[in-house]
Amino acid sequence: MAVFYILLLFMIIAAIIAVETKDLLSSVICVGAIGFGGSLMFLFLRAPDIAITQIVVEVLGLIVLIRATIARDVTLISGDREFFGTVVSVVIIFVIFLAGMQIFESLPEFGVPVFSAVSDAASQTYVSNALNDTGATNIVTSVYLDYRAYDTLGEATVLFTAIIGATVILRDKSRKLLEDPDA
Amino acid sequence: MKGMTVIVKTVSSWVKVLIFLFGIYIILFGHLTPGGGFAGGVILASSYVLLMLAFGREFVEDNLPLPVASRLDCLGALLFALIAVLGLALGGTFFVNFLYQKYLVGEPFKLVSGGTIPLSNLAIGLKVGASLFLVIFALSVFRCDSEKPGSPRLSDPPAEKKE
Repeated sequence: MAVFYILLLFMIIAAIIAVETKDLLSSVICVGAIGFGGSLMFLFLRAPDIAITQIVVEVLGLIVLIRATIARDVTLISGDREFFGTVVSVVIIFVIFLAGMQIFESLPEFGVPVFSAVSDAASQTYVSNALNDTGATNIVTSVYLDYRAYDTLGEATVLFTAIIGATVILRDKSRKLLEDPDA
Repeated sequence: MKGMTVIVKTVSSWVKVLIFLFGIYIILFGHLTPGGGFAGGVILASSYVLLMLAFGREFVEDNLPLPVASRLDCLGALLFALIAVLGLALGGTFFVNFLYQKYLVGEPFKLVSGGTIPLSNLAIGLKVGASLFLVIFALSVFRCDSEKPGSPRLSDPPAEKKE
């Protein structure tokens, strides 16, 4: 439990800095730190798929925000701080490389499912019961159209809304409104 | 002349049938072999994208008019929701596989098996194919529109050729 409080404290401090700092770029990076804290929290709550999604969204959002702010507020780093930054980046890349090598070592043999290491993993239930529960031999289809059909309904709704938005924005009337707002 | 060269047009007019058939196969056999509604719908849409690249936008618009495509899109979404509601009405739970559990058990590894899963695949394939077609159509219209002011727009009827 202690790790959750530490993460929560970290996120609160980052949020306060993000609101209070005068430098726009530092504020954006603090927002990114909040997101990474959230993804670590998901990881400790044993929801790795949500943690991965959170990191991906966070990285994309951070890139977009930095791209948007860098034109307005350029911070130049030079001299000793440049050397320090290079050393820190090299060390961080090396640590990530070592961690990646460790993960490759712990992977099972090629062709063996990853979750076979855990005997009571949820995926084992799908593999052993899917044919009897749904009658479909493709287990992927039986998961996304039977066990987790709500998820598929949500995806279909997202797609439908995106299409409606695209056709509404690109249709003739909105273009006329853009040219002549009073009409 | 609209579109690409004669070689591209000839080859794509042969290949489009095969791509369309492959998409239908992926959708229909989604509960038996790898694939399903999403992948099959993308393949169906890609056959129309090939036609759009080879023959130009007007040709595709004559083949599959935009109102028809948007109606197919809505039909797919409604069918999927209808299957869910039928599960609530006939099986007692939203999205329950009522066909497999009560009415039509079928035989594993045969086309008629899996209850509502093939029907859901069909609905999703229809929906995803029509949606992707509409997206690419809207983007192509938008590009033409921003290039020159007098070109046709999304809600215009299939227009007369200017040249």
